[in-house]
Amino acid sequence: MEGGGSDGSDLDNLKATELKLGLPGTGEQEKLPSILPRSSKRAILEANEGPSKRNSSEIKSVERDQKPAAKAQIVGWPPIQSYRKNSYQAMKMEAEPTGMYVKVSMDGVPYLRKIDLKVYKGYEELREALEDMFKCFSLGEISRMNESNGYEYAITYEDKDGDWMLVGDVPWEMFISSCKRMRIMKGDEARGLGSTP
Amino acid sequence: MRGERSDMSEDEDGGRGGAGGGDGAGDGGTDTPVPFSDQVLENVLENVLQFLSSPQDRNAASLVCLPWYRAEAQTRRELFIGNCYAVSPRRATERFRRIRAVVLKGKPRFADFNLVPNNWGAHFQPWVSAMAAAYPWLEKLCLKRMSVADSDLSLLAHSFPNFKELSLICCEGFSTAGLAVIAEKCRHLRVLDLIEDYLEGEEDETVDWVSRFPETTTSLESLGFDCVGSAVNFEALEALVARSPALRRLRVNHHVSVEQLCRLMARAPQLTHLGTGSFGSAAAPLLQGGGCSVVDLARTFAAFKSLVCLSGFRDVAPHCLPAIYPVCANLTSLNFSFANITAEELKPVIRHCHNLQNFWVLDAVRDEGLQAVAATCKDLRELRVFPLDPTEDSEGFVSNVGLVAISQGCRKLRSILYFCQQMTNAAVVTMSKNCQDLVVFRLCIMGRRRPDHRTGEPMDEGFGAIVKNCKKLRRLAISGLLTDKAFAYIGKYGKLVRTLSVAFAGDTDLGLRYVLEGCTQLQKLEIRDSPFGDSALLSGLHRYYNMRFVWMSSCKLSLRGCKEVAQRLPRLVVEVIRDRDEDDDDEGVQKLYMYRSLAGSRNDAPSFVEIL
Repeated sequence: MEGGGSDGSDLDNLKATELKLGLPGTGEQEKLPSILPRSSKRAILEANEGPSKRNSSEIKSVERDQKPAAKAQIVGWPPIQSYRKNSYQAMKMEAEPTGMYVKVSMDGVPYLRKIDLKVYKGYEELREALEDMFKCFSLGEISRMNESNGYEYAITYEDKDGDWMLVGDVPWEMFISSCKRMRIMKGDEARGLGSTP
Repeated sequence: MRGERSDMSEDEDGGRGGAGGGDGAGDGGTDTPVPFSDQVLENVLENVLQFLSSPQDRNAASLVCLPWYRAEAQTRRELFIGNCYAVSPRRATERFRRIRAVVLKGKPRFADFNLVPNNWGAHFQPWVSAMAAAYPWLEKLCLKRMSVADSDLSLLAHSFPNFKELSLICCEGFSTAGLAVIAEKCRHLRVLDLIEDYLEGEEDETVDWVSRFPETTTSLESLGFDCVGSAVNFEALEALVARSPALRRLRVNHHVSVEQLCRLMARAPQLTHLGTGSFGSAAAPLLQGGGCSVVDLARTFAAFKSLVCLSGFRDVAPHCLPAIYPVCANLTSLNFSFANITAEELKPVIRHCHNLQNFWVLDAVRDEGLQAVAATCKDLRELRVFPLDPTEDSEGFVSNVGLVAISQGCRKLRSILYFCQQMTNAAVVTMSKNCQDLVVFRLCIMGRRRPDHRTGEPMDEGFGAIVKNCKKLRRLAISGLLTDKAFAYIGKYGKLVRTLSVAFAGDTDLGLRYVLEGCTQLQKLEIRDSPFGDSALLSGLHRYYNMRFVWMSSCKLSLRGCKEVAQRLPRLVVEVIRDRDEDDDDEGVQKLYMYRSLAGSRNDAPSFVEIL
């Protein structure tokens, strides 16, 4: 059942404090729709199994906590069939169903990040977001290649042909439709890309 | 989509009592030998009666006299049983010996909304066992809200060599293993339609049932599995479609990507009904040119000259929608109820759909989207608007504005299901005047007991206008703030109403009284969370034998009142259903389900069901 008002935030807090192996915000969401059938019997059955069924026992504990709070929640209202309700929940949880997530790597940084290109309206916003994301690692500002002096890094992307291109040359729409991943290149390598004819 | 299964819809089912009717003429199988002249008469009758198809007509014919009863029993080919507990399998199979098709319904409709605990009943097993012995030539089976086990499906597959059509609607208890047996053993299978079922074991190992169909050309006409949660073997599916020349209806589940759909469609351009699965891309978004492009997709659709029904769109990428433009003009049925699209995304599609008769959509399209529907779909018969956020306090996406627009544009509307947060009487009154053909009116104001948001008044006048002006109305679902007055209107004017759904409505027992006394055609009554008590229940004693069932939950009933009903009406099965955490000694009855029955108390009732 959907949480409403304070009940919902209690559940959010509970879920937020639960230990998970994945990064925050991943994993549980994909599993959630398929394990939320209309009947609780499945959740109860799976809760008896081992740690491999982590997600379902999470669900079970959520359901258990929901039960006393569920007295305030009305069972079966509004009258939507459970499978439909579950589908809609899944649709809403994928906040951007057609989000364009691409990996962003930065030279010298041990792990990658992922950003949703659709969230940004243009190159400026993208650059700011990347700076923000990697600010603890960068020694200076991540500058656009067009500026003639003093850059530490360059933002590049791999297009659908497999070529590494400099970010900023093509119109934004064309860029997001052809960008498969991004790489923030360091110093010398970057300079090579930037040389203007 | 449900539209074409009108024989399964709650408002069009056949007959009062199905097999139970005509019982007064005597049991099937008398012992005295039949005189010769009567035998001739029976033969003549049989030849005539075989042309009677409607169950109501047949029930009436069977009541005339004994020879007619017997002749009718011999010639009935389709058995419709609206409540699996109303008659025992043995009795049904003894009376009707030559059945080829069975429709069997089980749980009360409120089971869809988690109001009926698991394992309540409606087991298919006793029925399939009886039919396996009695109807070896059975061809068609349609089950709704039944509990069906894999072993039942296996027995079915092994018992009926001529089996052709299986439809399972809102059923549960079976898994892909059961489907595998059906696919493998039913060599003449034409129809396998799985509609809104819950399969077991979807997270575990699933069986590759699609590979089990015969290797040769199949006679499949319809294959629908959009409710199956697990992915099917796509290569096997593609090969199956390729060797099924008679296939007209195909509904795949959301695991089938739009690229895969393209491949399937290329194999079956003769399809009339298509469930598109996800309609989203498996790999990279279509925009990046991965796989089938929108242009290719559109070209594929353009080849579909006979397509009239489209559904699916589970993860639709809005930019893929233009691909369906080539077929829109021919569509009579479009199900967007899983497509989270905006009005702007809907408009270019709906603009082409002049011939649309059935439209299911999410309220995400807002009033604006509905206005676009009203502007184009002049032939619309059925509209269902589902809420993307089905909670009481969500933002209302559609309102009285959308309802009025629809009523003004779609004058031929017969059936509407409309979810909204709040409504006005004026809008409902307007609809009652504009859409005189309404047979089904279901308005769900999700905010419980919410009054007219413009006047602050109860919604009595709106619903009153509906029952008064829509003279063909057979099915009604009411909501919002409603006083006994609304029920008075329904009792006074709702003379054709067969199905009534009530939630969080009414003030006193009078409300229910009005309905029970006034609605002479009432068959199915489902009430929840309304202040009706024992005296109201007892005011309907004259009605209950003429009804399929009554459901009342979270009302003001007590054990004493229910026991009295059970006592006064011995042929009525009165079930008191208790939730797990309820006190056994509690005098109040939380859930009452009662139904007429020739079979008496069922012997498969679980511990939480008390039959009074």
